[in-house]
Amino acid sequence: MTEYDVIIIGAGSVGVPTALATSKDNLKTLVIDTLPSVAQADNKHAIGGIRATHSQKSKIWLCQRSIEIFSTWEEKYGDDIWWSQGGYTFLAFTEKDEEMLKNTVKLQKGYGLNIDYVGPEKIKELIPGINNENLYGGTHSPEDGNCSPLLSLHAFYRHSRNNGAEYKFNEKVIDILTKNGKIVGVKTTKNSYKTQNVVNATGAYAKDIGRMIGTDLPVAPESHEAGITEPVQNFFSTMVVDIQPAVDPLFGDSKNYYFYQNKEGKIIFCLTPKPNILGVDRRETSFFLPQIAKRMIRLLPRLKNIKIRRTWRGLYPMTPDGNPILGKVDNIEGYINAVGMCGQGFMLGPGVGEIINRILTDNLSLRDKEIITDLSCSREFCQEEELK
Amino acid sequence: MENITKHPILQIPIRKKIKFKFDGKELTGFEGMVISSALFLNKIKIFGHHVRDGSPQGIFCANGQCSQCNVIANGIPVKACMTPLEKGMIIESCNGLPNLPPLDTPVEVGDPEIIDTEVLVIGAGPAGLSATKVLGDYGLNVILVDDKDHLGGKLVLQTHKFFGSQKDVYAGKRGIEIAEILGTSVMELKTVNVWLNSTAVAVFSDGIVGILKNNIDYAMVKPKYLLVATGAREKMLVFPGNTLPGVYGAGAFQTLANRDLVKSANNIFIVGGGNVGLIAGYHAIQAGIEVVGLVEALPQCGGYKVHEDKLRRLGVPIYISYTVLSANGNNNVESITIGKLDEDNNIIKGSERTFKCDTILIAVGLNSVDEFFQKAKEFNMKVWVAGDAQEIAEASVAIFTGRIEALKILKEKNIDFDENIDELQNFADIMKTKPPSPIKTEFTAKEEGIFPLFHCNQKIPCNPCTTVCPQEQIETIDNLITQLPYFKDEKECIGCGNCVAVCPGLAVTLVDYRKDKNNPRVTFPLELSDKKIEKGQIVVVVGNEGELGEFEIVRSRILPEFPKTQLITVSLPSTIAKKAVGIKLGKTSYNEPIDYYQTPFMDDDIIICRCERVNVGEIRKWIRYGVRDFNELKALTKAGMGACGGKTCTPLINRIFCEEGVSNDQINQGTNRPLFIEVPMGIFAKVKIKKGE
Repeated sequence: MTEYDVIIIGAGSVGVPTALATSKDNLKTLVIDTLPSVAQADNKHAIGGIRATHSQKSKIWLCQRSIEIFSTWEEKYGDDIWWSQGGYTFLAFTEKDEEMLKNTVKLQKGYGLNIDYVGPEKIKELIPGINNENLYGGTHSPEDGNCSPLLSLHAFYRHSRNNGAEYKFNEKVIDILTKNGKIVGVKTTKNSYKTQNVVNATGAYAKDIGRMIGTDLPVAPESHEAGITEPVQNFFSTMVVDIQPAVDPLFGDSKNYYFYQNKEGKIIFCLTPKPNILGVDRRETSFFLPQIAKRMIRLLPRLKNIKIRRTWRGLYPMTPDGNPILGKVDNIEGYINAVGMCGQGFMLGPGVGEIINRILTDNLSLRDKEIITDLSCSREFCQEEELK
Repeated sequence: MENITKHPILQIPIRKKIKFKFDGKELTGFEGMVISSALFLNKIKIFGHHVRDGSPQGIFCANGQCSQCNVIANGIPVKACMTPLEKGMIIESCNGLPNLPPLDTPVEVGDPEIIDTEVLVIGAGPAGLSATKVLGDYGLNVILVDDKDHLGGKLVLQTHKFFGSQKDVYAGKRGIEIAEILGTSVMELKTVNVWLNSTAVAVFSDGIVGILKNNIDYAMVKPKYLLVATGAREKMLVFPGNTLPGVYGAGAFQTLANRDLVKSANNIFIVGGGNVGLIAGYHAIQAGIEVVGLVEALPQCGGYKVHEDKLRRLGVPIYISYTVLSANGNNNVESITIGKLDEDNNIIKGSERTFKCDTILIAVGLNSVDEFFQKAKEFNMKVWVAGDAQEIAEASVAIFTGRIEALKILKEKNIDFDENIDELQNFADIMKTKPPSPIKTEFTAKEEGIFPLFHCNQKIPCNPCTTVCPQEQIETIDNLITQLPYFKDEKECIGCGNCVAVCPGLAVTLVDYRKDKNNPRVTFPLELSDKKIEKGQIVVVVGNEGELGEFEIVRSRILPEFPKTQLITVSLPSTIAKKAVGIKLGKTSYNEPIDYYQTPFMDDDIIICRCERVNVGEIRKWIRYGVRDFNELKALTKAGMGACGGKTCTPLINRIFCEEGVSNDQINQGTNRPLFIEVPMGIFAKVKIKKGE
């Protein structure tokens, strides 16, 4: 039986770029997924925003690397993955939010991020037609952007296959085989495979895989809904993030929502419900459309005339502090976490993939070590990310 | 203007003329008619150009589903086939992507209503109406929604008489009349709320059905029981030129001609010899549109033989074992090329023929619109499905299955009723049986007295002739509805003509030898003229094998019960009296093929997903790469991710999988998501959408 250098469980936002990195480094790589093809769990539910402007330094570093990979992909490999460097704009409609955003900007600038707090005039330029009543201003980070999750993941997938990575679909991992505290293989519904290294990249299902090695991962999926419109001529390029909470007695309160216009001219939007909807339910609800339509039209009245084409629901694998869990664990040798991306697996994926590869190849830089310590599963999950 | 000003069956309403502008040019249309029909009236068939490749776009579904007909009306992108024309409207063609108008004044937003109901019936066609009738008769609270402005679904487009039995499904009446009867009976029900112009857009996991109400409002209906009677959609074919404006479904054609009274074409060619194609041909002729020909790929038409005979008698050439090779033309259909198929379905070289036509109707079968049913099942709702949404069949079957499924809801509620569901189901099954091959009719040798002759040559479920005879002298063999009728000859025929007038197949004649044995008088039905055809006029008498000669009318009458069917009597030599089946008002000539055959495109260049303009080659490339998951294919090519949500291309892509040697069980079917049609965002937030702000 062939022995794999690494088996990655999950062919999604994190697993596929990880396989891209390991296969490029000539590790014999196998990716296993329960679904019939690549990126069919929650990658395709992601709306496609990519930013480095987080408030947590490890995430900033990981996403800076991701942006490098996304933004140069077409140039390097030729696949159009619809990368567009449109920036991100977090809006402040209260003094409190203005202060919070200004503080994060300070911190982010400290990490060398290109971000500014700008006034309402600049915001109006960035988002033509915005209803600027009570608008204090917002952040603008022009180097952030967006990209098609569907096209990027498939491009990563094809290149990893060209590098020699193997994929098994329609196959569910049912056990991780260990011997004397070390991983020796993986058992699936169809087969068994030999390896000494397993990467858990199973998004919403991370906990189930963690259990196989006796680890209780603090990852709990939450359900968010999203939608897409018909295409119209592009009239804004930034990701708009409205962090105001809203009260909606009939259809449910929400924490925030965000949207952008993609390369094809379609507007893609997503809402964070309040309270969180825990669980793995991906079935569309009737409340989402009135909930989000009211919020988006209040903010940008001209959207009343754009036709909504489709809606869907996806899962955010949340951790208690809103930050991912990365790296090895103490009890089992050969097991590596790449979980708890909190809905940012797509933007974190390429950066995470490379660092996982450096863990496997024992090639960690000082910064890598800092990231892994930061995001280790044995950390105290107390310092909450401001811009989840 | 290209409007239909006379029609043998349809009433021509008085419509108010209004002015509007299209791309700066002042035009005239009728108030309230949809924009697409108003443009067709003005011979405009290209509504815009696709953003991907600049290809001309026009009418395709005429049913609000596909967004191919997008135009800009008063600054706002809308579907031309769903948006009523208004006086002074400024319409522009949609070239590339529309601009979202910068209407930036803050607007009030509000909450859509959540409405509880006992039963929600989606679709007011034959199935939905007959179901609602049963539910309303038993006092259930019902909301009946339909996306059109009329009750009756596709019945309102059907000018021909229906098959089946008189008692159960109004056989012998025209679709439009059945719609009226069913519709009126439903409107009288006290516990039924009818919402017209209201499209169901999604069934959600919380048991709520989203309804785009009156085309401008959003209502969220929470039913205890859901009955899906959403009918069918037309299948498409893959051939070069298949997306040219002028290629569309037979249903779209019927909408233009029979609903909007638009002479949408001058000469059409029909692809598909099932009932839909045959009937569309007949409707075209009634609307004064020439039918250049019809191709059927099988060695025999799939539709009822009597429908086929009607067309043949009117001189329409039917090309059996032929298929469409290409639609030709630069911006519009200018001609069609057909070719003959051999036993292995390959084109026989040299059999290609090209005919001039401006429209090609695709009538190659229907698929159930069952998305809502599937979703509701997935979400564990109490749901039933009837009509074509359950299984593709005739409208008469839909009337039955609607009734059956409504009774099942009563049963679920423990309400007693007299009808026996099993019996009804048996009858529905009989009505659904595929008709056997036609047989050669044999006629009585009798040459005296007066009696009806049945040119009915196929065992189809139909028997209105047996119930209209005042002498009770017509029966089917063994009294079975699927058997052929015969004249019992126990009592005298009184020559009333009821059987001639009622026959949906126009396949009964009355032969009268009483006055002159050698020149009997033969009575035929005629439904091709809006004017009464009078005695003394010359008509062409036709048999099923061709024209039999010109003869003078000796009598003409209209029975009050059958106002749109004229009974025309001519004296014929006894040698042809029994062969004669129908009459027409003039001779018809066959269209000769033109000497033109466009070099076909490469197969790979043919468009398969009209919304996103994805071609066959791209699909093949990924199938060959190993893609077996529809969702993956969608992600890669965008096929099925356009405005229509894969309604048209999904079955076509399945066929390409098949051609590539991938069997059905190897393919993962794609996920269906809301919305069923695109809806402006403002509707969900109760924003009053005003055009021309």
